[in-house]
Amino acid sequence: MTDPTLTTTWNLGTDGDDLYARLMAAHEGLTDDESARLNVRLVLLLMNHIGDRAVLEEAIAAARPSRPEPTNAT
Amino acid sequence: MPRYRSPVFPFVRPPELDGRAGRRWPVAIVGAGPVGLAAAIDLALAGIASVVIDESNVVSTGSRAICWSKRTLEIFDRLGVGDRMVAKGVTWKVGRLFHRDREVYAFDLLPEPGHKRPAFINLQQYYVEEYLIDRARDFPDLIELRFMSRVTDAGQDPDCAWVDVETPEGKYRLAADYVIACDGVRSTVRRSLGLDFIGRAFEERFLITDVEMAVEFPSERWFWFEPPFHDGQSALLHKQPDNIYRIDLQLGSGADPEEERRPERVIPRIRAMVGERPFEVDWISVYSFQCRRLARFVHDRVIFAGDSAHIVSPFGARGGNGGIQDVDNLCWKLATVLKGEGPPALLETYNTERVHGADENILNSARATSFMTPKSRMEHLFRDEVLALASTHPFARQLVNSGRLSRPCSLAGFSLGTAETSDLGGTMVPGAPCLDAPVRGANGEDGWLLDHLGGSFIALGFGALASTPPGVRGLTVGGSGDLQDPQGLLAARYDGAPSVVYLIRPDQHVAARFREPTVAEISRALARAQGSSNA
Repeated sequence: MTDPTLTTTWNLGTDGDDLYARLMAAHEGLTDDESARLNVRLVLLLMNHIGDRAVLEEAIAAARPSRPEPTNAT
Repeated sequence: MPRYRSPVFPFVRPPELDGRAGRRWPVAIVGAGPVGLAAAIDLALAGIASVVIDESNVVSTGSRAICWSKRTLEIFDRLGVGDRMVAKGVTWKVGRLFHRDREVYAFDLLPEPGHKRPAFINLQQYYVEEYLIDRARDFPDLIELRFMSRVTDAGQDPDCAWVDVETPEGKYRLAADYVIACDGVRSTVRRSLGLDFIGRAFEERFLITDVEMAVEFPSERWFWFEPPFHDGQSALLHKQPDNIYRIDLQLGSGADPEEERRPERVIPRIRAMVGERPFEVDWISVYSFQCRRLARFVHDRVIFAGDSAHIVSPFGARGGNGGIQDVDNLCWKLATVLKGEGPPALLETYNTERVHGADENILNSARATSFMTPKSRMEHLFRDEVLALASTHPFARQLVNSGRLSRPCSLAGFSLGTAETSDLGGTMVPGAPCLDAPVRGANGEDGWLLDHLGGSFIALGFGALASTPPGVRGLTVGGSGDLQDPQGLLAARYDGAPSVVYLIRPDQHVAARFREPTVAEISRALARAQGSSNA
């Protein structure tokens, strides 16, 4: 196991509450479908911004429920 | 322009039917498609005789494989048919992607000058087969084409492989040192050996058509996600010679193939796409995708190449091009073994190298198919939002996947290459397919590097080349050498400082590269590239 590269300690300084509220505000007034699309766009934008395969692999693993992934995923 | 009419190839009664022992063939090739015909020609160029057995007496019906990649054209050049293919084909390198009624982006597949061949040509498979048959006829002593001859069974004994052949005038058994099964996705040889494909099949059905119409669409690949003119998920338009357009329409997983094949169903779909201009439907097919392969391509004396060994979804042009690269990889090895210049173990490297190539094609085409056929609501959302972001955020364009178009397969890291000890830069590492570059010959004529490579092992030396071991042809660049490098692109692409030497395989892949090698070093790399395990 290599050293983890995903930052999982607090990294938002004093902006945490503001940013959380900002994220919730972005979803206000949207339908479930529009909210889902916003989340998808956000993931894609941040994935590209991070641009680090190891970090993203760890983030995906940390976010996914513990059920194993199907093996034929391509 | 008249629609294509195939030449008809007559049945010729073979000696076996009259009780005469036919000759013992070094190689029997099952299937006269592009892969089988290319194999016969490549073997003939190496002096190896083969018999090609095919159940039909005409070339392919319908356009089938149409996109021939730069690498395939380079192989066709080596086989002596490249010019004719390119002269007839539609050259293209730009693809446009649409989402609903707007263009998302366009891409250029060959942005760099200084290559003989374009990124792609479109040419119907029937032309490719016809031209290959014409070329095969240049070798009457080395290639025998047997039409209307259906292989019904195949097998092998320790000292030979055999096929049973059924013809209009009777049946016979034909023995050969090796059988190459180029008999396609429903391969009889594969079934005879009891072999199965492994991999994935996709439920989604696609309608694929050749439509003849007198319009001048640009020579580009146009692909729609959620096209405004069709209720399916995707559509593809490709221009072919003779005013024939290839139109692929995604139908969904519930489509009934028999129903969808009926002209009454197809014509309104095409009408919705092309509008009121007159057209005729030349060919209709309905298929579902598979991304599967044999576990192994080499089974002792029976060797699989092309669709009999591996099948991919068509978006990416990896079926026909993958098969031609199989031939390119296999035939010089088979010739080496048959001439006793290398061990039978050399054939095992065809297995490892082309299984690798097939896996690369399967991975890419499976991913494209997944992008085109999202299987859950969330996959669908991601797909749609990639397309939405792509129009405003250029990064997202590279996530759009309508097929990652066939690129030459690198064999870097495989056993035939000699590990690098030099500090040479650039991409021409051992295993890489050689890049083309403009060159000038000894008589001042302009040409291309790749036309000077292939067919045998070559030592490509920049500046002086001391000497080469037996079996290696020397080729020098610069000074008073064989080739000049008028634009400096050859040196740039090969990091070609004076005294740099490349050993190049008969299939135009780098086997080794050095600075100031001794003859012994080149000999060792040659032995290794010919499968000698103790090299």
